Amino acid sequence: MLGIKRSFSALMLTAGLLSAQTALAQGTLRIGMTAADIPLTTGQTDQGGEGMRFMGYTVYDSLIEWDLTSADKPSTLIPGLATEWAVDAEDKTKWIFKIREGVKFHDGSDFTAESAVWNLDKLLDDTSEQYDPRQAAQGKSRIPAVASYRAIDPLTLEITTKTPDATLPYQLAWILMSSKANWEAHGKDWEQVAMEPSGTGPWKLEEFVPRERAEMVPFAEYWDETRVPKLDKMVLIPLPEPNARSAALLSGQVDWIEAPAPDTIPAMTANGFVISSNAYPHNWTWHLSRLEGSPWNDIRVRKAANLAIDREGMGALLGGLMVPAKGFLPPGSQWFGKPSFDVRYDPDEARRLLAEAGYGPDKPLKVKALISPSGSGQMLPLPMNEYIQQNLAEVGIDVEFMVVEWNQMINLWRAGAADPAVEGSQSINFTYFIQDPFTGLIRHLSCDLIAPNGTNWGHYCDPEMEELFTKIRNTFDPAEQDEVMRRTHEKFVDDALFLMVTHDVAPRAMSPKVKGFVQAQNWYQNFSSITME
Amino acid sequence: MFSYFLRRLILVLPVAFGVSVICFLLVQIAPGDPLTAIMPVDATAEEQAAMRAAYGLDRPLPVQYAIWVGNLAQGDMGRSIATGRPVAGEVFGAVQNSLLLAVSAAVIAFPIGIFLGFLAGYFRDTALDKAVTAVSIAGVSVPNYWLGIVLVIIFSVNLGWLPSMGAGPGGSRDWSWNWEHMRHLVLPAVTLAVVPIGIVARTVRALSGDILSMDFVQALYAKGMSRFDVLIHVGRNAAATALSVMGLQLGYLLGGSILIETVFNWPGSGFLLSNAIFQRDLPLLQGTILVLALFFVAMNLIVDVAQAAIDPRIKRS
Repeated sequence: MLGIKRSFSALMLTAGLLSAQTALAQGTLRIGMTAADIPLTTGQTDQGGEGMRFMGYTVYDSLIEWDLTSADKPSTLIPGLATEWAVDAEDKTKWIFKIREGVKFHDGSDFTAESAVWNLDKLLDDTSEQYDPRQAAQGKSRIPAVASYRAIDPLTLEITTKTPDATLPYQLAWILMSSKANWEAHGKDWEQVAMEPSGTGPWKLEEFVPRERAEMVPFAEYWDETRVPKLDKMVLIPLPEPNARSAALLSGQVDWIEAPAPDTIPAMTANGFVISSNAYPHNWTWHLSRLEGSPWNDIRVRKAANLAIDREGMGALLGGLMVPAKGFLPPGSQWFGKPSFDVRYDPDEARRLLAEAGYGPDKPLKVKALISPSGSGQMLPLPMNEYIQQNLAEVGIDVEFMVVEWNQMINLWRAGAADPAVEGSQSINFTYFIQDPFTGLIRHLSCDLIAPNGTNWGHYCDPEMEELFTKIRNTFDPAEQDEVMRRTHEKFVDDALFLMVTHDVAPRAMSPKVKGFVQAQNWYQNFSSITME
Repeated sequence: MFSYFLRRLILVLPVAFGVSVICFLLVQIAPGDPLTAIMPVDATAEEQAAMRAAYGLDRPLPVQYAIWVGNLAQGDMGRSIATGRPVAGEVFGAVQNSLLLAVSAAVIAFPIGIFLGFLAGYFRDTALDKAVTAVSIAGVSVPNYWLGIVLVIIFSVNLGWLPSMGAGPGGSRDWSWNWEHMRHLVLPAVTLAVVPIGIVARTVRALSGDILSMDFVQALYAKGMSRFDVLIHVGRNAAATALSVMGLQLGYLLGGSILIETVFNWPGSGFLLSNAIFQRDLPLLQGTILVLALFFVAMNLIVDVAQAAIDPRIKRS
């Protein structure tokens, strides 16, 4: 009898311990990132969109931010550390920003207009004490419009642009504000700050083991009560290898993984894991060379190639995790407009257009395309490009691939179509962020940004397009600017300026215990609403 | 013995110099640009040039090499371009983790390999020999990253017995010798042990088989020595060669676990190296390769000295 009692007590004790463990773990979300390291923690993050997502808008704020509350509509800009902003009616290069009152850094110091000036110096003024080359490398190119800045008073900031530029608010959404007081407390050493950073964001970095993990806890005094995190803790774990990421989720070592491999998704859903995805401003295209002699200079050839791609068929290859392109921007974008060229699968029309351009079965069009076998955010570039190669072959376009490794691909993307290193390739497959007017439209086709000055890879230059870009930069009313953006995008599509293939949907797999996540149509996400069941 | 050690140590110096030149040049030859990792693709040519100058990448290669070696001589391995952290801290932290994994794998692999090899050598041309040979060939032939994935599926995903990744709660910085942490070591160490089990078993089988067929073994039996004592003699004769193979294997385990560390997300030198390669993080790449190569050289030195201590014939030659 005593033995039974003892066994029962032991069982109860074990059950109690187990339930206690469960209770402790209730509020902790463990995320497996695709990045190989914890993004830079000092303010301006590295590791691209993922860095901003996990270490940027969590620990820090910017003057102007993205609205991440809705899954149903594209994100727009909202007030962040600035409550309002306006351009001077007389001088369109002068902007006034009203700074939010009462905002505190995690270290208790106040955020003021002086803090914003100090942070801009951190990126732009290499003679300033706080200038940080690592953060400057990430941030300087994001704010090309900024010429000067000053604090008029603690709650008023003035920024002057080099020329009138209505895209400034979008540019400032990149710039994250770190604490001067914390930098001083750490001996003015950014390396020390990295271990114990201080921003104004909803999460505080509590622990940081380079390459292994970062632990964040809520900042209870965060200025926006609706964004104070509900979780007890969020743990970020770099898991760059897709199989390792999937195994970590399936074995319960993490609760959430970014970008599960499409072939692991059936196993995950069969085991009760949830796949979250949504359209967002991401583009998977081929940029086309517009140098003299390129076959892509003929609009009939460009349209034919676009009509030859069976995008629905490609969806099967990607487990349905894609949005078939109907234009350069995703179909749900606020800037999509009403293009007249219908991007669809119509191989007969493609053949007709090619015949009109002088190509046919006895005279196939031969093109050379730059691709990489893998790369950050590139979806599945090798099978997707082979699929396109097959599609194009069916209408009479023979594609020869030049395959280069991802790091070299970025260099060739920067080098442009005229660079000898691309060995005469007439297109490049690249995917990227298209979230704002500059990254979404201007940078790809502006005459000023022809490679290597920028990422106009194909050397396209068209006065009509240039005029539209100028108008975007000079239209200060947001609604009117949106209208110009739509007209610009219509031209992108109607002139078939790219091989428009698909858009990613940012898939992430998570345990059914993760509740309250709303996947915004944005590269960044809000983690404050999440709870663990 | 001391003069032999000194001679071997002096020979290490030109090897170390050669290693430093090769690892510096190799990473320069590979296409790619370290700035890719630290600058947005939209960075202008002017911004890229400024950053290239800030990291000294615009200088001629011989100058870059001279600066690098000069700093190395002062114990400064530079800073990682991708993370900005000191290379020495990154590399030695990672090597420590890899050493933990490599020694654990060696502790599993070497006794098993020696035991199986002796068994097969002693019972040469029997069914047992063939079975051991089959096992050891399988061990050498199976791609260990594939085996790692299979073990993860079985023991982590399906059975839930062992973790699939990482170095335990709190990461490698909080490592301690308790089950909570050691369980993270089991699958990568076992996976890593498979190849050396095969190699050591094959080596010991061949050595012991050959030695057992030598005349002196028959002479020992004829003198009335017990079977156990004879085996001790065989073991001592085989030890020098076996030791050299095991020493090299330990070097391979440390430097060659790049795939295993990637599969298991183990924060070691292989994982570090793989990320440094993808990011073209030249200082980190050079530092990691140099440290691993020097470890290999050091292992060779230790093995040579140990061999000489075990087998005086080596010293004489």
